[in-house]
Amino acid sequence: MGELSRMWREMPSRYRMEGRKCENCSRVYFPPRDICPVCHRDSIGKMKPVDIAGNGEIISYTVVHETPPAFIRQKPYVLAIIKLDEGPMITGQIVDSEPEEIKMGSRVKSVFRRISEDGKSGVIHYGYKFTLEK
Amino acid sequence: MSRGVYIIGSGEAKYGELWDRSLREIAVEAGLKAVESAGIRTKDLGAIYMGNSLGGDISMQEHLSALMSDHAGIASEFVPSVRVEASTASGAAAFREAYLGIKSGEYEIAMVGGAEKMTELYGSEIIDITSSIIDREWEAFTGATPAALAAISARKYMADFNVPREILAHISVNDHANASLNENAHFRNKITLEQALNATPIAEPLNLMDCAPLSDGASSLILASENYVKEHGIEGVKIMGSAMSQGEFALHSRKSLYTVEPTRIAAETALKQAGIGIKDISMVEIHDSYSIYGLMALEDLGFAKKGNAREIVENGIGIDSNLPVNPSGGLKAKGFPYGASGVGQIVEAYNQLKNKAGKRQVKNAKYAMTHSQAGSGAASIVHILGVE
Repeated sequence: MGELSRMWREMPSRYRMEGRKCENCSRVYFPPRDICPVCHRDSIGKMKPVDIAGNGEIISYTVVHETPPAFIRQKPYVLAIIKLDEGPMITGQIVDSEPEEIKMGSRVKSVFRRISEDGKSGVIHYGYKFTLEK
Repeated sequence: MSRGVYIIGSGEAKYGELWDRSLREIAVEAGLKAVESAGIRTKDLGAIYMGNSLGGDISMQEHLSALMSDHAGIASEFVPSVRVEASTASGAAAFREAYLGIKSGEYEIAMVGGAEKMTELYGSEIIDITSSIIDREWEAFTGATPAALAAISARKYMADFNVPREILAHISVNDHANASLNENAHFRNKITLEQALNATPIAEPLNLMDCAPLSDGASSLILASENYVKEHGIEGVKIMGSAMSQGEFALHSRKSLYTVEPTRIAAETALKQAGIGIKDISMVEIHDSYSIYGLMALEDLGFAKKGNAREIVENGIGIDSNLPVNPSGGLKAKGFPYGASGVGQIVEAYNQLKNKAGKRQVKNAKYAMTHSQAGSGAASIVHILGVE
């Protein structure tokens, strides 16, 4: 399936949170972008890989009860938008906590986890999730 | 050459869970009703634009425009047709393409259709498919769904502006009240505020009553040039403004989690084209796929400042209020067949302005605004219609 090539292609970003830095304006992007939306054509050829530390703050979150098939075993789960210390905001799950412990503004750090499975014998997808900084 | 464009007819297939009807059947029904209503013949059509979002995934059927055209019996007329896709704004996008086709001088008459069958798949499978309206690789991959993203916006909005859940629920209560008067609506039942607040959680803080349903349905409109309308003495409804704007795709890429910048820009542009102000609008159809998006739309369209939509809601948004919102029943209760809704909103505006809306008629409706949003706000399309 196309799914597979898509996941392989994104591995450096999913596995070790590799983003891009525009060497024209120094802005950092994660998920990675090939063109800087601020510098436009001036950023061509200047978007260099940069490692993201994976630390940040919860801007907002939800507890998801209705899920696609690949996530049914995890429900209910907490999904948040996190502002990374490097600047960008990303979407990811908050794990190892009860929903009641989670607040807007809570500090989080990234952890490497199983994200989803394509059925019982299908591909297992890995990537980043987040835990509360204790 | 640029010229005026008018709506001269409309048709709809009832929205709902239409287990016994196929995508082509409902699309053809709406289209032929529109042709009938316009008093034209299918051979008069210059082009067909079909809004459809997920036909390939849900019904495993692409190229709905040609399929519908053939099954409407007009393959022999050789009318050019194209399917237009802009996720949940597909219908409004198709309408805008038809408008531009006539405005440019290429066509005298064009048909717009919007159709979707949302109920062909089971619950969790359809959640996976509908998640294609958000960023598959960086949102849906992590477990995000359209409802989850709306919920993230809702929580932040409620916290920043100290807005209680009741205000969100009012949007859905109003939709159901209006849909009870609309025979084409998916849900004809009224709901109470208490019912709206105590439904099954979907993505907290949103529950089932904050979320538009999965509906089947089809809507259609016939557009004609100013010349055609004058020559035939037709009293059409004028398309006074038409604007589409595009912003960041993923919610996490936006500066604000509760501002859809494309809505603001499209509304501003459309009002400018129409030469009227926001206070002149007699009624509005907003894209409230989730109740929070209804509040956000009222603000981004310009009816209230950011964080103040509650004032409008508290003042009343019913059919007899100063600002009737979603007289059709909205996405929550008229129903939400993705590719059809954008056309369906304009069908409602057309019938209101023609004074043909029956029990849900808005008094003295002169200018109507319609708002359609793609996904969590990647794009918005705003139209302004008016009677002279």
